[in-house]
Amino acid sequence: MAVIARDPSTPTQTQHEVTRDVVNTLGTAGRGYYLLTGAIVALFLVGLVTFILLLKDGLGLAGYTPPIFWSVYITTFVFWIGIGHAGTLISAILFLFRSPWRTAVYRATEAMTVFAVMTAALFPIIHIGRQWFFYWLLPYPNQRWLWPNFKSPLVWDVFAISTYFTVSATFLCVGLVPDVAAARDLVTGWRQKVYSIFSLGWKGTDNQWRHYSRAYLYLAALATPLVLSVHSVVSWDFAMSIVPGWHGTIFAPYFVAGAIYSGVGMVLTLMIPLRKALKLEHMITEYHFDNLAKLTLLTGSILFYAYAMEYFVGWYSGNTYEQTTFWRRAFGPAWWGGWTMIICNAFVSQLFWFRKIRTNLTALFVISVFINVGMWFERYVIITSSLSNDFLPYAWSQMNPTWADWGILAGSFGWFGMWFLLFARSFPVVAIQELKELIPMPRLRKGGH
Amino acid sequence: MGKMVPGVLAAFQHIDAACDAIGALRAQGRKDFTVYSASPNHELEHALGIENSPVRLFTLIGGVTGVAAGIGMTYWMSLDWPLLVGGKPIATVPPYVVFMFELMVLLGALSTVAGLVIMSLTKPTTGLAYDPSFSDDRIGIFVPCGSSDAPVVERMLREAGSVEVRHAA
Repeated sequence: MAVIARDPSTPTQTQHEVTRDVVNTLGTAGRGYYLLTGAIVALFLVGLVTFILLLKDGLGLAGYTPPIFWSVYITTFVFWIGIGHAGTLISAILFLFRSPWRTAVYRATEAMTVFAVMTAALFPIIHIGRQWFFYWLLPYPNQRWLWPNFKSPLVWDVFAISTYFTVSATFLCVGLVPDVAAARDLVTGWRQKVYSIFSLGWKGTDNQWRHYSRAYLYLAALATPLVLSVHSVVSWDFAMSIVPGWHGTIFAPYFVAGAIYSGVGMVLTLMIPLRKALKLEHMITEYHFDNLAKLTLLTGSILFYAYAMEYFVGWYSGNTYEQTTFWRRAFGPAWWGGWTMIICNAFVSQLFWFRKIRTNLTALFVISVFINVGMWFERYVIITSSLSNDFLPYAWSQMNPTWADWGILAGSFGWFGMWFLLFARSFPVVAIQELKELIPMPRLRKGGH
Repeated sequence: MGKMVPGVLAAFQHIDAACDAIGALRAQGRKDFTVYSASPNHELEHALGIENSPVRLFTLIGGVTGVAAGIGMTYWMSLDWPLLVGGKPIATVPPYVVFMFELMVLLGALSTVAGLVIMSLTKPTTGLAYDPSFSDDRIGIFVPCGSSDAPVVERMLREAGSVEVRHAA
């Protein structure tokens, strides 16, 4: 008898089991959750105190050393924006491509996107020094009718990031409505009342699904080019200038690939412990991690190519300034940063050619941490190495981050982690409704549709 | 609690049975019934003869408005306070494409959500009988009808394969 292979993207559970298992993750939490939340909140408080001191004493507390006036804060800004990209790729782009493996993991990654962008959005404000004037970046009718400079990539950034946050948050909330309604119908007491409010009266009628399915499709279609544009715009913060090492046409695709690579790295870092903590091992399986690892391999290989191309173009251009910049990245005073980025991103990702590594969760988790570290260093190297030797040799210097830099960096992880942990216990981290779409409904008669 | 609409509420476990019931209701010329399901289903849509949602028009109008707003904002604001830098044009297309694009996506997305809300409200669900199992694993059909019609509707839904039928209100 021929054995028919089961499609690994189809859940093994019944529709009822999917609802029950996901809704069971909500509400009461164990001691471990509170301990972890406590540690994360403490980390956030470190950032908050540092920020208050920055407000009081100014940016002099951070390790800005002329001519390096973009450093850890902008590095961390780009890092968090990049983290967000994997979420939109998995939730919107793979939705349009009808890739069923995304279903079990997309909700958590989408939440990660929203919280990562919320984190990133704080950094331009922290970085500008006089934080209370951040609204000057917005085109509002002030007393003298001065408007922002629309030719500046920094103003492009304001529009790109605020649009990205609004659209990602909208996409997440729209996706959550039917699932919150499912939770509302299963829980009791005050939790039912809370979920009733958040479900916005959703009942899953034919009229609601008719408009919902279309709206969700169009939101995905709008989010798809948006995600590609956002990191392109972020890359143009650099590429539009004439600083050696930044002024490259490869920057937009290079940054987008890097963003997705770093984002998938963070997805792995978060999902591996999360599925265990929420007992969702039967829903988020080896198959999903294998696919996430393949995505990491693809984007890591694009990065490998981009790194090689950057060095090649630096040499082939015949431009002394470009050549010097890339020579110093590999062999200059901050060589350790340059090599950390190359090893963690270009080389470590190549381990995913092996299926045994792609399906070994311990290996995946360790590699994902390397990816996170490597991608933070990539931005740090791009920003500080180019600025440290820009135009006037007498001004050349090295960056020395201070406690104020590290405090804000630590606080950003606390801020992000706090929202993510709160979300994981309050809302379905697996998309109930979409998972059910993959489960064939029982039939009275034999034969399919 | 608002006033409940009188009618018959049926729960189905099997997709083909639910589709048969929908077919039978439509064959009787009924249009005012409501179908509940935990997720969208092509077979149900096919049985209901659902047409494309007008939400797409909201998306289109929002997107076009966004592009227009992007053009209007950048050009007007640049010309309102002209900053001549290096002899370059005061207002120019390439850098402004970013604003046109971002505002197209922003307004397109927000108007899509507005369209979803507005179109969902065109058929209010207040007062319609509902069962929590419809967001779990059952398909529900609610047929509004008076007490004289109810036995006929109930028999039809049972014959189609409903696992539970009850009278609402």
